[in-house]
Amino acid sequence: AVMHRLGRSLVARGMQASRRGNASNAPAAAPEKIEVFIDGKKVLVDPGLTILQACALVGVDIPRFCYHDRLSIAGNCRMCLVEVEKSVKPVASCAMPVMKGMKVKTNSELTKKAREGVMEFLLVNHPLDCPICDQGGECDLQDQSVAFGSDRSRHQCGADGKRAVEDKNIGPLVKTVMTRCIQCTRCVRFANEVCGVPDFGTTGRGNEMQIGTYVEKLFATELSGNVIDLCPVGALTSKPYSFTARPWETRKTESVDVMDAVGSNIIVSHRTGDLLRVIPKMNDEVNEEWISDKTRFAIDGLKNQRLMQPMVKGEDGVLRTTNWEEALFTVASKLRQTPADEKAAVVGGMADTESMVALRDLFHRFNSELLLTEEEFPVGATDFRSNYTMPDGLAAVESCDALLLVGTNPRYEAPVLNARIRKSYLYSDVEVGVIGGKTDLTYDYAHLGSNTKALDDVTAGKGDFAQRFLSAKRPMIIVGAAALKGDKGAALLSKLQQLADKIRTSGKADKDVKVLNVLQRLASQTGALDLGYQPGTSAIRKRPVKFLYLLGADEGAVNRQQLAPDAFVVYQGHQGDAGASMADVVLPGAAYTEKDASYVNTEGRSQKGYLAVAPPGDARADWKIIRALSEVAGKALPYDDIKEIRGRLSEIAPHLVRFGDAEETSFESTAAAVSEKSSSPVDVDVTASQSTLADFYMTNAVTRASATMAEARKAALKEKDNEYTETPKKHAHA
Amino acid sequence: MALRSGIKLSGIFSGRAVVSTPVASSRSNYKYVGMPAEKDGTLKGDLDYGLNNVFFTELFRGFGVMLGHVFMEPATINYPFEKGPLSSRFRGEHALRRYPSGEERCIACKLCEAICPAQAITIEAEVRPDGSRRTTTYDIDMTKCIYCGLCQEACPVDAIVEGPNFEYSTETHEELLYNKEKLLLNGDRWEPELAANLQSEYLYR
Repeated sequence: AVMHRLGRSLVARGMQASRRGNASNAPAAAPEKIEVFIDGKKVLVDPGLTILQACALVGVDIPRFCYHDRLSIAGNCRMCLVEVEKSVKPVASCAMPVMKGMKVKTNSELTKKAREGVMEFLLVNHPLDCPICDQGGECDLQDQSVAFGSDRSRHQCGADGKRAVEDKNIGPLVKTVMTRCIQCTRCVRFANEVCGVPDFGTTGRGNEMQIGTYVEKLFATELSGNVIDLCPVGALTSKPYSFTARPWETRKTESVDVMDAVGSNIIVSHRTGDLLRVIPKMNDEVNEEWISDKTRFAIDGLKNQRLMQPMVKGEDGVLRTTNWEEALFTVASKLRQTPADEKAAVVGGMADTESMVALRDLFHRFNSELLLTEEEFPVGATDFRSNYTMPDGLAAVESCDALLLVGTNPRYEAPVLNARIRKSYLYSDVEVGVIGGKTDLTYDYAHLGSNTKALDDVTAGKGDFAQRFLSAKRPMIIVGAAALKGDKGAALLSKLQQLADKIRTSGKADKDVKVLNVLQRLASQTGALDLGYQPGTSAIRKRPVKFLYLLGADEGAVNRQQLAPDAFVVYQGHQGDAGASMADVVLPGAAYTEKDASYVNTEGRSQKGYLAVAPPGDARADWKIIRALSEVAGKALPYDDIKEIRGRLSEIAPHLVRFGDAEETSFESTAAAVSEKSSSPVDVDVTASQSTLADFYMTNAVTRASATMAEARKAALKEKDNEYTETPKKHAHA
Repeated sequence: MALRSGIKLSGIFSGRAVVSTPVASSRSNYKYVGMPAEKDGTLKGDLDYGLNNVFFTELFRGFGVMLGHVFMEPATINYPFEKGPLSSRFRGEHALRRYPSGEERCIACKLCEAICPAQAITIEAEVRPDGSRRTTTYDIDMTKCIYCGLCQEACPVDAIVEGPNFEYSTETHEELLYNKEKLLLNGDRWEPELAANLQSEYLYR
């Protein structure tokens, strides 16, 4: 962990170029390590490291407020002061590079006195409103004032009292109590560096200094919730979570996010069976330590519009609640009656791998093979895993030197990935090209056109970006799954494969890069394709089915008109949305926080989430429902617990149970060779459907049921009329 | 008899202790704490003992004590019509106090809930429409409570207090599961006493 932190901060300081551990990148001669003494202990560290980082290497924790591993160094809180021998004054260890033979004393009288003094100054203007502050119990200032502060106060509440600052309204997600602010500027740096939205800044000096937006406006970014975690005090807290719980009374469960295909690692915090909040869990390979606002704030959608009871449609065409027995018997009898080739199953975007494998096995038991995903993808392309995953991985955008985005808006389709691209943009000389919509992606890019005809120019090397891309050492194409929809999707994918193959075989690029990466939009998609599901619902449209099993399919890809007139529709899921409203039988399933389940992210990385709270009402974990149904239908599936079903998963694809690892892909060139080539350009407009912040919030059944997301969307729409907002014309590098 | 054997016993112990183990030597200083001796072993003592027995002197001395108490002030009080004195630190029934303006004091910081060793307190909080932090639920299970007083020690705003009331026995368990309404009612009812108790204690807190 320490090495990770080290690596990260080096990236943050723009020194990563020499540190990247790519096998093919000939590593620059490792600079000689220098010797420093920390509390009398000799340590060999890389030059350029700060004292604080050197201390972290030997496990000495220096108190800090403004310093953060993933942000640039500000050095303004002064909490990290340490004594350095032969230095007249204590030095700020977060900003001071180590020097040869430096003797640091982190526990001396001078250091203690310096910390105590700094703490006293910080507390002079800090309101002691811990009892009503939401940060209470997880507050850096609280903890550090106990650990390093003085045990008594010299502060007298005289005539002046304490400084008071007006609260800012920055939207429906983040609550501000600016009097508590200690001006560490973490939020300012986060907004500028990670979000690429320079909304925050400081005004005034000294005692008058304030953090704010200058004019009242929305903190308009899809990553805004992260400032809540960053803020070391209670100045920025979560609005939906405000006053609900204290950190010591909650239980925390590790889980995986399903709002996008990145599979951000999250910690679900809950109390007495009540879902309270979601906070990020650090995973450097996936989400670093950020999560998007949808991940963080959409959970209130899990408390609305829930399916809690099995339901069966009566004679009058109205769904009425029933018990599991009747519901399962109704479905089972239909399942047995319907001929094998007239049955189909469609999985939606939030289905877990376990339930998908159970559904697949159930349908196979009845000789049916029409297992579909709601999201479209070129049908023939799913034989090769490299065609629908991101073989280079999410972290690869940090080491790539030329990036081509095709038909995707990663800012809203995968905000955490976009933050990585921005990081790469800031600290390396990556060249980004975009085929698709012209929107603000928080970094500058060469816009090659919104039509994929521009792709031929890239392949031919026409234009500056194309030249650069073809000669890059570590080029990367990220194509949005949405761009590959429709009948021209296969042709477009083929074109991209040819381009990737050309680069791989040109010899200019490194041997280990796969170049072509697909950014899926839905958490279930990669897992479904791994399990052999057929992408898209066109098969149903071609040949109407009589029995349709919807596993959380809510996006309206299939409707009643496309089915046979007497078709029987089963909906299994947790949200009363489009799917449930067209169903004859509703089987209440569990949401991602309510079951032990695994999901495969767009990289092909299988990740496991744990049960945090019990499913509401009569709802059950999804694979268990399918298992029960199989028994009622007379073809019991051979697994009774989560271990056995994961055993089944590993029979189909072993990587599905190697949790946390991204499985490497192969046969990229073969995939390119067998794809249908055509010399004519593919003519399709690949502008991403999400182009503004307002489009970001409500994209699936959970977010559509979330009041918080609705409010965020409303605020984002209203912000369009705010005359004081502007999109930065140009994004500076660091 | 008892006394004599006691003395003898201790003598033996002490005698042995000196010559034998050093452990016993440190424990040689035994004291007799039993009934006082009725006879001292002399002839006069035996005679006194006999006469006291024959003339029931003990009985009359006992009557004397009883007669004396007839004229003394009784030690008991006529509860519930009379009550004994209570310390201002007495920890009785709980109450939630209000500010003089009528605003409830409790800010839902949950410190009392956190410190309660019996886990008798349950609090749920929300944002009140005016933006302030208030409880929606404040429950105390009075049958779990051990009356340690840590909740009132923890309270930063003197909202939860243990008042002077100890007469709240009920017929059912449920009646002792106090909710916020009941606690606030207690506070309103006992406010003069509660305020006076806190006032008398402020120097020591």
